[in-house]
Amino acid sequence: MLRKRIIPILSIQNDSLVKTINFKKINYIGDPCNTVRIFNELEVDELVICDIRASLDKSEPNFKLLQDISSECFMPLVYGGGIKSLDQAKKIFDLGFEKIIINSFCFTVHNILSKIASSYGSQALLCSIDVKKNFFGKKLVYSHSGTHNTNHTPLFWAKEVEKRGAGEILLTSIDREGTWKGFDFDLSSYIAKNTSIPVIGHGGASSINDINEILSKTDLSGVALGSMVLYQKKGMGVLINFPNKRLLSQY
Amino acid sequence: MITILDYGLGNIGSLKNMFKRIRQNVNITSSPCQIIKSTKIVIPGVGSFDEAMNRINNIKGLKEALNLKALHHKIPILGVCLGMQLLTHKSEEGTLDGFKWIPGETKRFPKSSKFKIPHMGWNEVSSRNLKSKLIKNINHDDRYYFVHSYYVKVHNEDHSLLKTKHNIEFDSAINKDNLYGVQFHPEKSHKYGMKILKNFSEISC
Repeated sequence: MLRKRIIPILSIQNDSLVKTINFKKINYIGDPCNTVRIFNELEVDELVICDIRASLDKSEPNFKLLQDISSECFMPLVYGGGIKSLDQAKKIFDLGFEKIIINSFCFTVHNILSKIASSYGSQALLCSIDVKKNFFGKKLVYSHSGTHNTNHTPLFWAKEVEKRGAGEILLTSIDREGTWKGFDFDLSSYIAKNTSIPVIGHGGASSINDINEILSKTDLSGVALGSMVLYQKKGMGVLINFPNKRLLSQY
Repeated sequence: MITILDYGLGNIGSLKNMFKRIRQNVNITSSPCQIIKSTKIVIPGVGSFDEAMNRINNIKGLKEALNLKALHHKIPILGVCLGMQLLTHKSEEGTLDGFKWIPGETKRFPKSSKFKIPHMGWNEVSSRNLKSKLIKNINHDDRYYFVHSYYVKVHNEDHSLLKTKHNIEFDSAINKDNLYGVQFHPEKSHKYGMKILKNFSEISC
């Protein structure tokens, strides 16, 4: 049986590993390579690396850092941040990453998804959808690290990126991200049920119970964890960790 | 020395990283002259079937060199993911011929609401033929990382080494004589995959 995946998601800024809250407050965690080495020892299912500045600064991905990371990892690796061309995608794949995440540039470069999908296949292409409530409490899709309102509803956009060639969706609730308040259950459940590609839920996880509940009750293919795998507990110090496999149910 | 075929598709970086970890020297090439000299070859591959065969067919002399090594010199060759699918006759993903080294074909997973396509993530295998050197010492609870929308079905069950279930049961590792294929990514499957690549590197030429 295909196991549901539990995926640490690491944010980088320059050469540092950081953690945000609601995509805003940025806290320093440590050295990305050391952290990745620990996750490799813990045999995590997959690892996502996101550069939270690249799109905003219109800068190139940090290829040197990504190379150091990939030489330490023997699990699937995903990179997102600032990718806007096939050339950049190729460089990332050549370093040993399996998948890349495209988000901000889907909105401006219309054919970027189909271009990458036709060269590398949909399985190598993850589309990140960041969702936030607007002033009226309506959940909408935001790009550029949560700074730009696209006015699309999450379901419309999920179906659209699937049509354009995305092979998987990373669905993040900006309102929950870094808050330890639990996943956005309704959003995750609704999107996973109504798309035919795998959906990974992200934002707000605080406990093994949160993970067990959302994976057993929704069609999500996995969850991504930030704070939970970086800190001891809410409000406490940095501790790189990963949920004990025995405490996770079989879904 | 292990030769990794570089035809522009596939995760060569991660294969190289893992072979380095198990202290195997690798030579990455697409040159038919170098292929002729090699003693062990890995054919990686991520992408689409026709795109892969096109790229191989377009490098002058490459397909002939590979056929010579596979069928006459009979050196160990391992196809990984799409690289394994290329060993079969053909694929529903395209119209071009595969290498036709192992009788079988590559099909698309049937549509299903419960089993998403691509089959992506960690899955288990059940073994059919434990005598094969490629799967020496693997355990029933070992897990492997898969990413694929098409699967291989061999014509002769004796050529099936491992099977995996995702909606339907398919061949996740195959072997005929000196030719091997794995559908999963050993280079991305922690120590479980490392074992497979170690086994392959220890097969005598």
